[in-house]
Amino acid sequence: MNDAVYSRLAETINKHETDILKEWLDNQRAEGTLSKSLEADVQQQSREFLASLKNSLRQGRADIMAAEWIEVRDLLTNLSRNRMQQGFTPSQTGTFIFSLKQPLFERLRKEFGQDADSLAREVWTATLLLDKLGLFTIEAYQKTREAVISRQQQDMLELSTPVVKLWHGILALPLIGTLDSERTQVVMESLLQQIVDTGSDIAIIDITGVPLVDTLVAQHLLKTVAAARLMGADCIISGIRPQIAQTIVHLGVELGDVITKATLADAFAVALTRRGLAVQAIKP
Amino acid sequence: MEKIPILKLGDFLLVTIQVDMHDRLALALQDDLSTRVVSSGARGVLIDISALEIVDSFIGRMLGNIAAISAVLDAVTVVVGMRPAVAITLVELGISLKSVRTALNVEKGMELLRQAFEPRSQNQ
Repeated sequence: MNDAVYSRLAETINKHETDILKEWLDNQRAEGTLSKSLEADVQQQSREFLASLKNSLRQGRADIMAAEWIEVRDLLTNLSRNRMQQGFTPSQTGTFIFSLKQPLFERLRKEFGQDADSLAREVWTATLLLDKLGLFTIEAYQKTREAVISRQQQDMLELSTPVVKLWHGILALPLIGTLDSERTQVVMESLLQQIVDTGSDIAIIDITGVPLVDTLVAQHLLKTVAAARLMGADCIISGIRPQIAQTIVHLGVELGDVITKATLADAFAVALTRRGLAVQAIKP
Repeated sequence: MEKIPILKLGDFLLVTIQVDMHDRLALALQDDLSTRVVSSGARGVLIDISALEIVDSFIGRMLGNIAAISAVLDAVTVVVGMRPAVAITLVELGISLKSVRTALNVEKGMELLRQAFEPRSQNQ
C-alpha cells in the first residue's frame, strides 16, 4: 500500500475535521447508538478518535497492528469494552467506525471530485482502512465478552462445593451443577479435608442439583466415594431423581455396595441409625 | 537394614509406618507381619499410615496384599490415617483397596477392630 496515499487522507480529515465530526455524530445518533446520557462520552470518544486517526495516518504506516497505531487501537479496545458492559450489540459497537464512512467520503468527494482516478483511489484506501478498524473493534468486543464468561466460570467453580456438617460425625455435600473432572478434584479435596477436620465417618453426597448424570459423572461420583472410603468414611448418595435412576440402570453403571437414597432426609435417617442415634419427640 | 517395628496391643498388632517405604522395606514388612500374626495368634492388624505423604502404586498394592495375607491367617486388617492427597492419588491410580477396612485414625481403627470381634449394640 502506497504510504503517501494515507497522507492525503490525513489532510482531508484535518481540513474538514469539525464538519466530519458533526456529521459523524449525527449518523451515530440516527443509528440509535447514542442515548442522551452517553452523548457527552461519545462526542469525546469521536473527537479523540479522529485526532488519533489523523496522527497515525500522518505517520504513514499501512498496517493497523503496527506500533504507530497503538493509540487508535487502545481507544477502540476501551470503547468496545464500555459498549459491551453497557449492553450494546457487536454491530452497534462496530457502527461507531462504519458510520464515519459517509461524512469522510463526502469530504473526499469535495477534495478530489474533479479527478475520478484520484477520488476512486482515496475512497478505496479509506474504505479498506475503516473496514479493518471496524473489524478490529468488533473483535475487541468479542474478547471482552469471552473474558467475562471465563471469569464467571471460575466463580461458579469456587462457589459451588460447600461441605456441611449435619450432625456429629455426619457430613453432607450438596452438589449443584455439572460434575466434570475439574470439579470432581475440587469436591474430593474439600470433602476429604472436612472428613479429617471433623473426624466424620459418614458423608452424604446429594445430587439433587446435578442436572445430568452420564457414565462420566457416575465415574466421578464413585471415585469420590472410593476416596472417602479409603479414609474410613462411608458415603451415601442421595437426591436421585426417577430419571437419574433410570439412566443409571440403562447405562449399566455399577454402584457396588454404595447406599443410595432418593432424598437427603432418608439418607440422614440411615446415617443416624448407623451411629446408633434416633430422633425422638420431646415429651411435654 | 532398618525394620518397621510391630507392636502387640492385646489381641491386635499395631504397625506405624513413619519412614518413606522403599520396596525392600515393604516386602520385609509383609514377611515380618505374617510371621508375627502366626506366632502371636493376633486376630487383627492395625496399620497406621498417617505419616506417609506419598503412596505409590507399589505401596498401595502392598497394603492390599497384607490384608489378603492376614485374611488367610484369619486376621482382620485395618488401615488408618490415610491423608486426603494420598487417598485421591490411590483412587486416580485405580487402587480402591476394596477388601481393606479403613478408619480415620488409630482410635477409630481400634474401635473398628473391637467391634469386629465383640459385636454389640453401639452406644454413642
